[in-house]
Amino acid sequence: MKRHDTTPTLGISARLLIGAGIAASLFLIGIPLITIFSAAFKEGWQVYWKNISQPDTLAAIRLTVFAALVSVLVNTVFGVIAAWLLAHFRFPGRKLLLSLIELPLSMPSIVAGTAYLFIYGAQGWLGPWLMEHHLKIMFAVPGIILITVFVTCPFVIREILPVMESQGQDEEDAAHTLGANGWQILLRITLPKIRWGLFYGIMLCNARAFGEFGAVSVVSGAIRGETSTLTLQVDQLYHDYNSTGAFASATLLALITIVTLMIKLSIEHSSTAKSSDSITSSSMAAES
Amino acid sequence: MNKTYRYFAAGLLLLLGTSQLRAETQLLNVSYDVARELYGQIDPAFAAYWKNKTGESLTVKESFGGSSKQARAVVEGLEADVVTLNQVSDVELLHKQGGLIGADWQKQFPYNSSPYYSVIGFVVRKGNPKGIKNWDDLVKPGVQVIFPNPKTSGNGRYTYLAAWAYAGKKFNGDQAKVQDFINKLVANVPVFDTGGRGATTTFVERQIGDVLITFEAETLGIQKQYGKDKFDVFVPGLTIAAEFPVAVVDKYAAAHKTARQAKAFIEYLYSPEAQDILARNFYRVRDNNVAAKYASQFPNAETVTAEQLGGWEKIGKTHFSDGGTFDQAVSLKR
Repeated sequence: MKRHDTTPTLGISARLLIGAGIAASLFLIGIPLITIFSAAFKEGWQVYWKNISQPDTLAAIRLTVFAALVSVLVNTVFGVIAAWLLAHFRFPGRKLLLSLIELPLSMPSIVAGTAYLFIYGAQGWLGPWLMEHHLKIMFAVPGIILITVFVTCPFVIREILPVMESQGQDEEDAAHTLGANGWQILLRITLPKIRWGLFYGIMLCNARAFGEFGAVSVVSGAIRGETSTLTLQVDQLYHDYNSTGAFASATLLALITIVTLMIKLSIEHSSTAKSSDSITSSSMAAES
Repeated sequence: MNKTYRYFAAGLLLLLGTSQLRAETQLLNVSYDVARELYGQIDPAFAAYWKNKTGESLTVKESFGGSSKQARAVVEGLEADVVTLNQVSDVELLHKQGGLIGADWQKQFPYNSSPYYSVIGFVVRKGNPKGIKNWDDLVKPGVQVIFPNPKTSGNGRYTYLAAWAYAGKKFNGDQAKVQDFINKLVANVPVFDTGGRGATTTFVERQIGDVLITFEAETLGIQKQYGKDKFDVFVPGLTIAAEFPVAVVDKYAAAHKTARQAKAFIEYLYSPEAQDILARNFYRVRDNNVAAKYASQFPNAETVTAEQLGGWEKIGKTHFSDGGTFDQAVSLKR
């Protein structure tokens, strides 16, 4: 109570600014989100459920979850290794590697999709060889996974690299001199040290994997019930004059985002030890 | 810990396991943007017909998108057994760039491998507030015209060609005047969507534009979907026939060992049963009996064809290549 009194009273301009900020966020973010849900439930729970339980939509959910799962797994392993390498060693080409890993953030995803098509497509470099050996990558599930991994590649690294760099590796060195082997160091020291950053990275990676549209649309072929992801399904349903169905599918994507946000908030709340460093970097990543 | 791991593994298996490992025969029909409702009916009907005829269970998988985008994807490895597109040049691409079908694909089935066709029609808002009746009304200042990008959409190409044919007739072939007419038309288009359905969405859902130009089949579909009290539809005095080409994609069908089923699918499109479905979905059909039955929904109009305009190859070079008449018109916009 006492402390409350000591806070300076807000001037009129400050109040106006805060009001404007809240209004803008509501208008830009809140209202569209509410619209999605109200449009999805416009015709009631039953229609909503009917739309969600369509075989094509269920297949899209399965494919999207699967692609996200693989992307998270691959990028976590790769991210930890790469971040460790980049944090602890200075070597020629380090800057180049760093920019390369961050490339998917600045590259429009439709360009990424087209580039993959030029490599794995039937007219691409590897296409004829793949065809000969009956390996289907483009317009099939492997292509969708590949491109999702590509697009989500930077998130984990961006989160844990600053944490690793700021914490140094004194503990690891100490463990090493005490006779710990590589796995023990990784599991008992390095991972616990970076766990919040890693967790953030995984959340962001996951959210991005679910939301990817441009690149996937190029390599998917949109075969219904087979290579259609949730975002593509939303697009297709919308174009099918089934906007309720499209919004129903969109609610699933929105829910992922909301859950991600909630988890993020609760972590921020509970972990006071978090370095401000990774908070800034995570909000930067979220923007892109 | 062990338990979590087991649940995780089970979940993973479930995900993997459900990714279709059925042994039954599958055909992939790669089709154009606005054919969703149509093939949504024809594909299962064919499966039933085939089951009845041969006893073989079969599913027809579907993929829809802008016609040219779809053709491109098939060339790049989207392994369609059959394509049902809306533009001859899109199927031609499968021969020229992909080597997936023979040069004589148009000879494989009746009517140049085109079991149905449509013409270009207009949709205006109820009561036609801008008084749009013909192509002349589209180039007036202040009229907003919606049709998809002719470079990516067959739908847009036909519209463009119909306008060109109209202007050609009006100005007696004076190329400068025709180009000027087209420039004005293109200047009145506020947004070019990549496919026909995108243009419909722009006009109907986003409420942009005074007139939507698209296939007659789509115009009637819009009226059915949204009600006659919202839109008026009609076919202009001069229009163009859009003959929808179909083909068996020989190379992929051979690889999948589905050549027989794929051929039967295309032949089925010419059967009275399929022609009736086509007519119900507002496409003009080849079968005389079916055509007679639905004659009232298809008004007569003077109709040109792509052949009369010089054939697709010449059309492509003159109008839609880089620097062609369409690019010239676009470059003058603003």
